[in-house]
Amino acid sequence: MRTTAPVIVAFLVGITLVITFFLNEKTPLVGQLSNQLLDWLIIIGGFTLLLGVVSILRVSWQTVQRRKEGWFYKIATIVSVLVMAIPSLLPVSWSPLFGRFEGSIYDWLFVNLQAPMMATMFATLAFYIASAAYRAFRARTAEATLLLLTAVLVMFWRVPIGEAILNLMPGDMPYFINKFVMNGANLAVQRGIIIGAALGAAAMSLRIILGIERTYLGKG
Amino acid sequence: MGQEEYSVFRNDRINALLAVVAFSTAILVFTNWAKKGKPLFLRKIPGLDAVEEAVGRATEMGRPVLYIPGIEELDQIETIAGISILGRVAQITAQYETPLTVPVRYPLVLAAGQEVVQQAYIHVGKAEAYDKDMVRYVAGEQFAFAATVNGYMMRERPATNIYMGAFFAESLLLAETGNAAGSIQIAGTGRPEQLPFFVAACDYTLMGEELYAASAYLSHEPVMMGGLKGQDLMKILIVVLILAGVIMATYSVDIGAAFKSWFQAV
Repeated sequence: MRTTAPVIVAFLVGITLVITFFLNEKTPLVGQLSNQLLDWLIIIGGFTLLLGVVSILRVSWQTVQRRKEGWFYKIATIVSVLVMAIPSLLPVSWSPLFGRFEGSIYDWLFVNLQAPMMATMFATLAFYIASAAYRAFRARTAEATLLLLTAVLVMFWRVPIGEAILNLMPGDMPYFINKFVMNGANLAVQRGIIIGAALGAAAMSLRIILGIERTYLGKG
Repeated sequence: MGQEEYSVFRNDRINALLAVVAFSTAILVFTNWAKKGKPLFLRKIPGLDAVEEAVGRATEMGRPVLYIPGIEELDQIETIAGISILGRVAQITAQYETPLTVPVRYPLVLAAGQEVVQQAYIHVGKAEAYDKDMVRYVAGEQFAFAATVNGYMMRERPATNIYMGAFFAESLLLAETGNAAGSIQIAGTGRPEQLPFFVAACDYTLMGEELYAASAYLSHEPVMMGGLKGQDLMKILIVVLILAGVIMATYSVDIGAAFKSWFQAV
């Protein structure tokens, strides 16, 4: 039963979503069924949110208790979760500092701490790209050298000064890079991967709907 | 005022219906073929063959295995693919008694991941080794998630990092940190824009369809592998259609306006 029930639910919901895709949205009873099913996903997701909060607090607390390496960061995690969550859940009628509106504690922490920290993490990506590019573009073989030359040309073309210099060269280099490198070889490979991935996703969906694949339930 | 007339069936999606019917038929035919015991050839996928070896390395080094099933919600097929592969990886870590850590970004993925890992441990008879906190919720924000996992990698130094699912800008942050930590890394995603980052920073990368084929490949079950053959047949059909379109466009073959628009829609 533990396996059968989810498979039946997956079949019924999957088939319903496939059928409603081909029906007009104005069709009585079934037209809006797919949207309603997707709403159910959000509702179920809301219920599981508590599981997430319990998980993060329990794991962090255990690390603090056992004084594992980096345990003091976990204190910051616990404090952050509580300081962000509790005032945002309290009713605004009690105080304008509660809730999630502008001027609330949650809003202040989000704007002044969380958003800058996320922006900082994103900004560090530039350094990671530099180190990854260094490794990827080392000209060890003929293929790697070709990749390096192409990458240098594309990067050069992407900056205004580079494009200006390329324009000084004989032949229309920017046009060549755009047409044959970016919209030629690059796009062809990307499309090949996308078509393969789309077919793979569709095949996996079908295997799940028909109950052939049950590995997502930990079976098989 | 009369009611606006509409057709119950969406005629503009007939081409999609034809594709769904053809695809489903191909998969069912090959699945039945496999059920009858007819041999099916599957090419080797080195990234998947390396999973057991990578877990074995972690066991020898006495370090954990880190598995990330992407950072998307459970309604994404890539996440479901990631969760499916997690079951296989968890069976191997259970057999080798290697610590497994699975950080997730959504509570629904947490619930599904815990269930899959628990079932995997029960399946190999190591139920007592299962710990609920192997699968843990770490953060709901993309970069908070990346920061937490990066911190974990640098502190715990997992011997093996496996990334399977939907990834975005954090893909390189995670993979480069794992590389710096000296972990062996296997990645798989269906997003072509993230693949170059994984290729540059990981030891093995599953590209696009290989991610979705992974659960069938690792299961070695003929019935599931039959679905992969059906998928291959559809790919051949699409290649034939593309070639036909290229030839017709090159030689300006007049195939009639109706057929042309249908062909373009397909």
